[in-house]
Amino acid sequence: MTRVHDRGGWPGSGPIDKSEHDLSWWEKRTDAIASLLMSPEKRVMRVDELRRAIEDMEPARYEQSRYYAKWLHAIETIMAEKGVLTREEIDRKVRELSARR
Amino acid sequence: MREDHHDQPHAPDHPMTEFEWRVDAVQALLIEKGVITADEVRRAVEEMDARTPAQGARVVARAWVDPAFKARLLADAKATIAEIGITVGFDATIVAVENTEKVHHAVVCTLCSCYPRGLLGYPPDWYKSLNYRSRAVVEPRSVLSEFGLELRSDVEVRVLDSTADMRYLVIPVRPAGTEGMSEEELADLVTRDSMIGVAQARTPALR
Repeated sequence: MTRVHDRGGWPGSGPIDKSEHDLSWWEKRTDAIASLLMSPEKRVMRVDELRRAIEDMEPARYEQSRYYAKWLHAIETIMAEKGVLTREEIDRKVRELSARR
Repeated sequence: MREDHHDQPHAPDHPMTEFEWRVDAVQALLIEKGVITADEVRRAVEEMDARTPAQGARVVARAWVDPAFKARLLADAKATIAEIGITVGFDATIVAVENTEKVHHAVVCTLCSCYPRGLLGYPPDWYKSLNYRSRAVVEPRSVLSEFGLELRSDVEVRVLDSTADMRYLVIPVRPAGTEGMSEEELADLVTRDSMIGVAQARTPALR
């Protein structure tokens, strides 16, 4: 069975939206964090791990998520798998940071 | 100076989204744990911002004026790109392909968004879109025509599907009427989209 990320020839595809947006500071940082984790100097994560975590997303979520939301999901997933971060820690940190604002 | 992003002049002009909070939280935790530093993140963003299609355009312009360079580029793109002082980072293998009057190449990544980022910068939104990824491999002519590129029916279209390990640079056809132009002037004609293969290089009149 074709998995959700394997888009070549996906039925029912429509016109291509050619509008572009400048990446936000958060999108750029997500990209930067992933790149650092995958850099030869750190090697905390591999590009194939990043992809696998994205490809394993629940199909509806995969299709609806913005690009860097998928990357962030993958970073969280792989860091949790490797015992670097837990989801609970991240949730807690979100609450802590938002309370400071 | 604080260790998270709040030392950055990037306060959002909207209520922070869940995604944005989580980026901040993940970064803060990775810094606390000594996995990365705020400075490394800043530098990585700057480094990526500095990578733009202008780099790829320099490579293409050199290939247009220097047949030996072009031959080396087609044989071993990464090493040849390094000759003119562009380092593409730890990106995967880069393969350069040449468009001609008879063969037109266009690049897609059906599985994800693989792109020669080290050479062209961040990929455009449409390159990552589900519709481009779906259609480019099955109806490339109709996709190209949505980009305003109508190819003669006798031109063979080759679509290259990238992978994380192999990414492509298209050398567009050198436009007619550019014989006397300098390398710098030529580079101005080389657009990002022409290096993805969804457009031709600009003609001098439209520069």
